[in-house]
Amino acid sequence: MTWTWFHRLGSPPYVYRLAGRLTPWFGWSAAVLIVAGLYGGLVLAPPDYQQGDGFRIIYVHVPTAWLSLMVYTYMGIAAAVGLIWRIKVAHAVAAACAPVGASFTAVALATGSLFSKPMWGTWWVWTPRLTSELLLLFLYMGYMGLRASFDDTQRADRASAVLAVVGIVNVPIVHYSVVWWNDLHQASSVTLTGKDTMATSMLVPLLVSMLGFTLYFGALLLVRLRGEILRRERAAAWIREALA
Amino acid sequence: MMIQFHSVAQFLAMGKYAAYVWPSYGLTLLVVVLNIFWARRLLAHAQRDARRRLVMQEERV
Amino acid sequence: MPPSPSALTTPLTAARLVVTRDLMLAFRRPEQLLHPLAFYVLVTTLFTLSSATPERSVLRTLAPGVLWVAALLAALLALDFLFRDDAQDGTLEQYALSGQSLTWLLLGKTAAHWLLTGVPLAVMAPLMGYTLGVPGSASVGIMLTVALGSLALSFIGSIGAALTLGARRGGVLLAILILPLAAPILIFGSNATELAIRGQAYVAPMELLGAIVVLSFTLAPLAAAAAVRISLE
Repeated sequence: MTWTWFHRLGSPPYVYRLAGRLTPWFGWSAAVLIVAGLYGGLVLAPPDYQQGDGFRIIYVHVPTAWLSLMVYTYMGIAAAVGLIWRIKVAHAVAAACAPVGASFTAVALATGSLFSKPMWGTWWVWTPRLTSELLLLFLYMGYMGLRASFDDTQRADRASAVLAVVGIVNVPIVHYSVVWWNDLHQASSVTLTGKDTMATSMLVPLLVSMLGFTLYFGALLLVRLRGEILRRERAAAWIREALA
Repeated sequence: MMIQFHSVAQFLAMGKYAAYVWPSYGLTLLVVVLNIFWARRLLAHAQRDARRRLVMQEERV
Repeated sequence: MPPSPSALTTPLTAARLVVTRDLMLAFRRPEQLLHPLAFYVLVTTLFTLSSATPERSVLRTLAPGVLWVAALLAALLALDFLFRDDAQDGTLEQYALSGQSLTWLLLGKTAAHWLLTGVPLAVMAPLMGYTLGVPGSASVGIMLTVALGSLALSFIGSIGAALTLGARRGGVLLAILILPLAAPILIFGSNATELAIRGQAYVAPMELLGAIVVLSFTLAPLAAAAAVRISLE
């Protein structure tokens, strides 16, 4: 079994070029899926029995909340890889993830508030899920703040990596909070089997939207990763060719 | 699947939830667009800085 | 050639030596220990002074929150001197180079730090609770809950303190870093204290707090050791 493809992923010039080639694929497919998913959710899905047309907020709330968790997980794994095996590209991935994850955590919280106000009459409740999602935002901000406080990129990479790994414990807490505790936030409704599944006409646009947002994050990551790689490769010879 | 709204006015009203639905979508799309800008700017700045450094190195030689 | 120190000393012994050293050094300069304590007293007192009409019953309802937030802030203040002196005079570097497990050495340092800062806070808490209208019968409960919570705070805080060792404006950054990790301690701790104040059984949140303590004193020194090594690079 050849592991050369895996080793190549640790090579900055290779990743730089590969990321450049993949970006349009991720970007355009993301655009198509997001437009299709949001159109399906806004226009085609039937209104909810209890929540009327207000439920359509979930077509932006669920994908952004999903992103907030997924991006942190990538960030934590990349940070751990960079810390353990001292791979610069991994640190570049983690650095690229953070601002995106933070902004979408904020959007998830905001859209969640906009959803809960008409449905349950309150902008905010200190339930486990909402609280742990808010803590996720603080973790992102702490990560970015810690990075910014170091002048040396390598030190910043390694210190923030420790923080990212320690904070990973919050991700399962956010996810399972609605299972472990009684929460105002509804328990998982995005399942494909079981008794509490959503109607297909509502579920399909949601899945399309989630996939679209995931690919969109992929495109963002690829672009940011190239920038972060360049920042870390001060005097490398390959840059001359790559920028030509 | 059919279009659930009978008029543009009804679509915009979102069954009395308009004040919550449209800001949600608006905010999300704003952040989507902003992130695209930020990412491209990060890459552009990094490329510009790398080019500058190359030029300086060549001048030194 | 004499045998290397690590052949003679087990990690546990090394940790115990660190604890003894830190306690001895602290008692030579006790003023440092008074700062967090004084801060705690001040914050809780300010609270009673600032409420417009400090009705006993209202103050008592707010007491768990006040006691805990003040304890958290005092602990943050105290974390400042967990590593500072040793980092400045090079002792921390010697610890890292000693060949002993840095994790165990930091376990010892943090435990000593808790004995010096967390325990006094726990002893002070029922007194401050009294000024907030809390009955004396809750004293034991308050002491236990704050003691356990401050233990977890010391360990989780040690990670933040190690990470911000080399950073500018470390104090503020430390607070931002610690906050999300300390939130569960605050939540369960104040819940336990509230139950204790009401005279109800507080075993359940204490057990959760205890679980957090166990997790933190086993895992936090590992992360703190990694962070210290990074700061010393």
